[in-house]
Amino acid sequence: MKDNYSVVIFYSTSAAIRAESLARKDKLIVKLIPVPRNLSSDCGICLRFNNEDKQKIKEILKENKIEYENIYKI
Amino acid sequence: MIYLDNAATSNPKPKEVGQAMLYFLEKVGANPGRSGHRLSIEAGRILYQTRERVAKLFKFDDPLRIIFTLNVTEAINLALKGLLRPGDQVITSSMEHNSVMRPLRELGKRGVEVKVVPCSPQGVLDPVDIERVIKKNTKLIVLNHGSNVIGSLLPITVVGEIARKHDILFLVDTAQTAGCYPLDIRKDNIDLLAFTGHKALYGPPGTGGLVIGERVDTQKLTPLKEGGTGSHSEFEEQPEFLPDLYESGTPNTVGLSGLNAGISFLLKEGISKIYQYELSLSQKLFEGLKEIPGVTVYGENQVKDRVAVISFNIKDQLPSEVGLRLDEEYDIMCRVGLHCSPATHKTIGTFPTGTVRFSMSWFNTFEEVDQAIMAIRNIAKGV
Repeated sequence: MKDNYSVVIFYSTSAAIRAESLARKDKLIVKLIPVPRNLSSDCGICLRFNNEDKQKIKEILKENKIEYENIYKI
Repeated sequence: MIYLDNAATSNPKPKEVGQAMLYFLEKVGANPGRSGHRLSIEAGRILYQTRERVAKLFKFDDPLRIIFTLNVTEAINLALKGLLRPGDQVITSSMEHNSVMRPLRELGKRGVEVKVVPCSPQGVLDPVDIERVIKKNTKLIVLNHGSNVIGSLLPITVVGEIARKHDILFLVDTAQTAGCYPLDIRKDNIDLLAFTGHKALYGPPGTGGLVIGERVDTQKLTPLKEGGTGSHSEFEEQPEFLPDLYESGTPNTVGLSGLNAGISFLLKEGISKIYQYELSLSQKLFEGLKEIPGVTVYGENQVKDRVAVISFNIKDQLPSEVGLRLDEEYDIMCRVGLHCSPATHKTIGTFPTGTVRFSMSWFNTFEEVDQAIMAIRNIAKGV
């Protein structure tokens, strides 16, 4: 079965790494990857997750007041 | 060799500190936050983990509001110069290190009103004296937590409460207490906590930082420097989010890897245990020195609650000469003179000659304290 992924784009690498750390504590499968070129002109990283975890990811971001640019399906 | 100069920098460090630094150099070695590759991300993770550890140490909940700096001096400069504007008043004590006094004197020239509240010759500050000088334009109170000369503590929790009552920010210099005295940024009512990495946190020199509490509006705290952050690269203006707003240029990842290991070591040992141990070392040293004829130990009433920093003088002997004899004849390393803190020496009455200072860490032993007392006994006897 093909994986369905989304990414969270952050304003800073520190925020992306913080989100990764918190998501892993919640046992979610996530990975930091370079931001796909078509999504941003910046050189940063983003957090990839399985689409089904979207709600949980959004909750983690909200609870910990982590600001992010957007969430995209890839 | 007996090393009693831990208030200048701790020595030895736990072996994990050097190992973590070597690991970073050899196995990671990339620039965090700059590139998207795996080594860069790993560097970013180590940096973030260090922020998490610092947050845990001070019982703070937002790792991204921890700003890494070169040392505590830079952290204090960031807080003071970032917050204070001409016409503002800032209150401090007469027991401050030059890391606070010098930036304040500079700000004084630029139109900031600097109020220095005197402490007693024993190093005691009455919080009432602080409250009495608060005015409408008072913006900030800044205090050291532990004296780098006599090891005495200032009543930060009470002063922090006063600051809150009057809606003033409170900056604390924890150079001598972070790592060896239990600190709780919230319970201690601290808004800005400046720390150094290379003393009781057992990290290497070149590490330190500023914890920015929630009461601080970062729009009113201007950065000391601007530059590359790896974020918002399409803009020529500094990003407004933390930590990037205050952290420009490639960070000291090697040093911070060491700091990460140092704090990890401390959290494993337990700060309260370290505090109790160092307290018993200082009590033994304090009592031992006091009994020697001709020796004056400063900060008499600070025995029950203090950090392991003790200053004394031998009658009719210059601190510099005592220090030289300790080094050459007894293999004891200490620091003599004014300890970058002329204000404190004026307060305790030892300016301009200064004192001999012994300062201990978790790695010192009771036997070493005995040997140091014996050495001073001999030197005082004129042997």
